[in-house]
Amino acid sequence: MAVKLLLEHAHIEGIRYYDTYRKHGGYRAVEKAFKMTPDEIVEEVKKSGLRGRGGAGFPTGMKWSFLAKPEGVPRHLVCNADESEPGTFKDRYLMEFLPHLFVEGLIVSSFALGSNTTYIYIRGEYAWIVDILEQAIAEAKANGWLGKNILGSGFDCEIYVQRGGGAYICGEETALIESLEGKRGNPRIKPPFPAIQGVWMRPTVVNNVETIAAVVPIINNGGEEYAKIGVGKSTGTKLLSVCGNVKKPGIYEIDMTCSVEEFIYSDEYCGGIPNGKRLKACIPGGSSVPILPANLLLKTAKGETRYMNYESLSDGGFATGTMMGSGGFIVMDEDQCVVRHTMSLARFYNHESCGQCSPCREGTGWMYKILKNIEYGKGKMSDIDLLWDIQRKIEGNTICPLGDAAAWPVAAAIRHFRDEFEWHVLNPEESQTRNYGLAHYADPIHVPVAS
Amino acid sequence: MSIQFSKEKLDKVQEMIARYPEGKQKSALIPLLHMAQDEFGGWLDVPAMDYVAQLLQIQPIEVYEVATFYTMFNLKPVGKYVFEVCRTGPCMLNGSDDIIDYIKEKLNIKEGETTEDGMFTLKPAECLGACGYAPMMQLGKYYKEHLTKEKVDRIIDECRKGVMVTK
Repeated sequence: MAVKLLLEHAHIEGIRYYDTYRKHGGYRAVEKAFKMTPDEIVEEVKKSGLRGRGGAGFPTGMKWSFLAKPEGVPRHLVCNADESEPGTFKDRYLMEFLPHLFVEGLIVSSFALGSNTTYIYIRGEYAWIVDILEQAIAEAKANGWLGKNILGSGFDCEIYVQRGGGAYICGEETALIESLEGKRGNPRIKPPFPAIQGVWMRPTVVNNVETIAAVVPIINNGGEEYAKIGVGKSTGTKLLSVCGNVKKPGIYEIDMTCSVEEFIYSDEYCGGIPNGKRLKACIPGGSSVPILPANLLLKTAKGETRYMNYESLSDGGFATGTMMGSGGFIVMDEDQCVVRHTMSLARFYNHESCGQCSPCREGTGWMYKILKNIEYGKGKMSDIDLLWDIQRKIEGNTICPLGDAAAWPVAAAIRHFRDEFEWHVLNPEESQTRNYGLAHYADPIHVPVAS
Repeated sequence: MSIQFSKEKLDKVQEMIARYPEGKQKSALIPLLHMAQDEFGGWLDVPAMDYVAQLLQIQPIEVYEVATFYTMFNLKPVGKYVFEVCRTGPCMLNGSDDIIDYIKEKLNIKEGETTEDGMFTLKPAECLGACGYAPMMQLGKYYKEHLTKEKVDRIIDECRKGVMVTK
């Protein structure tokens, strides 16, 4: 049985409420943290090796240590709860079922960073979760964990929940800051980074919900203990949100030592593919990361077993690997159409582009139009090369990573499933009546040569 | 409908503004737009946006540019019940296209349209973060997950009977 740090108490009835949470050891991390100095907490987080769980995987302790501390200027912790990456719904689970774990993490992190006013920026659609969080915050405050002079430490802290308006781009930290200021979610040009000039031009740290929750076990058990779990630079546990064609979709906590094959097929996790179907492809880290055919997903190009951690998933780079991303694990069985799925994602990125940078604004719409043509039997062979060309011209040429996020799924789909695109073009009528099927994608012998 | 929050809502507005540093009251704009949309018939017309601008002491254009950016704000009238059906990749893998087609056929409307009786609007949405419980839709404040045609029938039925909870 894998180690569970975040979801250990998830199935206890009433854990959503303060009394039950406290009875099961809740808020011990706050008690412990307030006996430490803020710098000591930052050190523990550094030692833990915790990497940002929103998708980028940047070391959290290092991010915290970048926070500027000019005299007399308030600084803020802003929690990114704008979970919008297709395939990702882990933060929702944490907030909905373990709100006190999240609030506890926020209090410890706010203390470490010196944030007297901390904001949770939650995606607007999670409207009912706002009530759950506000209740948890009120309970924490009523029990003396928030407010003025917490535990006699002299430290004051308030946490507020702010709803967004339904824009994927606001998951990008500078767009989130703009939105929190009551503006359109247009990402800012960096530098300056939020750690120097963030919300209202004050030093700001933006962290994902799961990252903040992970601070609780790090403080309880110590950073070194946390770092012992996992492998290499993938320390601790990671939440995976699984969807698509698996028997048991949902949220799983893994310690990053299990293989991808075990994760998909074992009963402890996804339970395999339903209806006796075979695995065709998978996007393991949220819709932006490269899709892999089954053969490359289960084994690397070198033929080694692929594991569920940052390093192993990215083994082979984008040529034959993918990314851990946000942990949104999307599984596709043999009946699914990669062209149609890619078209759906292209529509998503086109819809969500903020419109600031022309490569992304124009490119995402162009890619969607071409993919729609191919999917509906009106594509040309040259369209496939055109798609490749467009995605290359978006990647790296925009202010924020949304451009890359829109380019990568298209690039990976063409890289690994080009014959399926060609089949659509060559068989416009047949492609309207059936899907391409599994073809050779599950065949481990057929590993494409890295290009 | 008169464009004026109740006393209770106005107190809430002041409480929201107090969450931000002095002079940064504009930060309350998105929460206020949500409140206005809920209060004033499910969409934001120009007088409603101007009212929000006045409450926050900002220019109306600052409100318009935000209201037009975020997809949750409806800038034209919608039905009493808005079916926001997710159609992004993971939902699509689980048959969201069939659900959308079924709703279109059942209610005899196209995407983005409202039924003649003003009861239902179909608004296809992009990923709502319920991928493991697909297909799904947002209905007011809540999610309806694991949709099937039968479940859609039940939802429509409950809306017609006026027993559906959306706030």
